[in-house]
Amino acid sequence: MIVKNKKMRKRNTKWLLFLMALIIVLIVSVAISLASGEIKIGLFDIPSILSDNSSIEYAVLTKIRIPRLILAGAVGGGLSLSGAILQGIYRNPLVEPYTLGISGGAALGVSIAIVSGLGGISFITLPLFGFAGAVITLFLVYFLSVKREGLNINNMLLIGVMVSFVSSSAMMFLMSTTNTDNVQSIVFWVMGSLDESNMILIRIALYSALAALVLTYLFAQPLNALRLGEAKAKHLGINTSLTIRLLFFLASLLTGIAVAVAGVIGFVGLVVPHLIRLIIGNDYRVLLGGSFLGGTIFLVLSDTVARTVIAPNELPIGVITGLVGGLVFIAVLSRSKSHFKLN
Amino acid sequence: MDSFFKIERFSCGYPGRFILENISLDIPKGQFAGIIGPNGSGKTTLFKGIVAELQPLSGKSVLKGESIHEMNLRKRAQNLAIVTQRIESGDMTVEEYVLMGRLPYRRQFQFFESQEDYSIAEKYMQLTGVDNLKDKSMNALSGGEQQLAGIARALTQEPELLLLDEPTSHLDISHQVQILNLIRRLSHDLKLTILMIIHDLNLAGEYCDSLIMLDNGHLRKMGIPSEVLNYQDIEEVYKTVVVTRTNPISGKPVVFLVSEDVMAQKKLDR
Repeated sequence: MIVKNKKMRKRNTKWLLFLMALIIVLIVSVAISLASGEIKIGLFDIPSILSDNSSIEYAVLTKIRIPRLILAGAVGGGLSLSGAILQGIYRNPLVEPYTLGISGGAALGVSIAIVSGLGGISFITLPLFGFAGAVITLFLVYFLSVKREGLNINNMLLIGVMVSFVSSSAMMFLMSTTNTDNVQSIVFWVMGSLDESNMILIRIALYSALAALVLTYLFAQPLNALRLGEAKAKHLGINTSLTIRLLFFLASLLTGIAVAVAGVIGFVGLVVPHLIRLIIGNDYRVLLGGSFLGGTIFLVLSDTVARTVIAPNELPIGVITGLVGGLVFIAVLSRSKSHFKLN
Repeated sequence: MDSFFKIERFSCGYPGRFILENISLDIPKGQFAGIIGPNGSGKTTLFKGIVAELQPLSGKSVLKGESIHEMNLRKRAQNLAIVTQRIESGDMTVEEYVLMGRLPYRRQFQFFESQEDYSIAEKYMQLTGVDNLKDKSMNALSGGEQQLAGIARALTQEPELLLLDEPTSHLDISHQVQILNLIRRLSHDLKLTILMIIHDLNLAGEYCDSLIMLDNGHLRKMGIPSEVLNYQDIEEVYKTVVVTRTNPISGKPVVFLVSEDVMAQKKLDR
């Protein structure tokens, strides 16, 4: 496509360079992640290791590190993309995928599975219960927010927060009435982990994240128009109610899948889109891809730290994302001269 | 196709509450019409009804022979542009904001602005005098500049009908006059049909070709300013004592207010 306008060409070049820089950082992060761990693997040895499938290193790479890496990327990208979308449709900088009660619902579902003993039946039970909890919450929030005059966005946010409280109280009730083993399993699950060996679940997470990225890009312009507010976007010919509903379901399902597979990994959906906004601006045509890549990088690196820093033990990934993400975010915000802007 | 823009026996309102009842208007192409009336008389509701944000309970609004409510969102946005009182634009540059006006013309999978989008935005930024601000953030503009950018964005939609909701509120007199002169030029030079809500009766009388006075959801009076701005109608609608005169320079009606204590002492000569 030939772009005649100088200004637009400059802007597009900037966007392209930004996304390419993120891809380079991602490649470096992937390399670091593959190389580090209890069994050290030299970066340049990787091709030769992969050609010899009898070595221990081969098994470590293909059975442990690569699947884990893919899951980290998919979950990080998905959560971060969800965060960017939800902040856009709610026009609220504090919304993240978990604000709407999705994580609470998923955690409650998993708690029920563990307490009732169903969790032990199959590897798929916990993710299934988690996903079911997320989906039930999502529909609950949606239908409680639909009023006669249409969908009330602010209501929806409030209902999401309340549903989240209710489900965490219900979860605490379950935890206080069950045995310590079950409590431990619940706590472990809630803290989140990327230690998932089932390739089917990993594939689901990856494909859904990529599909969501493509789908959201079809709504990049409506999301931009929504920066002006719902009524004004409508005056510009945007079907706002369709856009909001569709993106709400998309972001929620994506979050539900991420939570079901990897547990509650906080901060990705809040911090990453914000950092990307600070760097490249609020135009969704670059923000969506930037957030996805940023989330991928963030989680790949966080997971590498989580599994190496106290090796052979492993820190819960949520600890790393919360600590690092929160601290970096505070540092960036307090250093940047301009105050924070969402739109 | 007899008339350009027409509202026929139009009623609309919020659920459980009638606001506008049986409004009929007929506005020829190129006319600059002002809507006046006290707070709560239904001015903004009328706008919401026209842009189909509120569904009509009865009647219809027709632009160039076509019912506005039956147009799809895109077509409506190509025919009608509205500038609201508060310009909420977030953190984007003036140019980015004005370019938003081209969204109704974007093709299905068109990802980037076209050269035409840029030239149209440029043209209207020049016309409204915000082209020198185009790289500034909308948040950094003054209220008057934001209104001008809002008008530039609306013009970039290249509408048949432009709706303005109190473009001069909160502005000082020099900015009020600057914006109203611009709007008048738009209606005369571009033959743009304009409906404007305005509170200031003197500005309404000075600038508008015709005035529409709303009272409690009903159309009280419509006509040229000197017909509409008479003290009997104003006193009844606004429940306020006024004196009307004629501007010696422009010949347009002027409305004076009188304070309570002065009124107690004097017999008014209207």
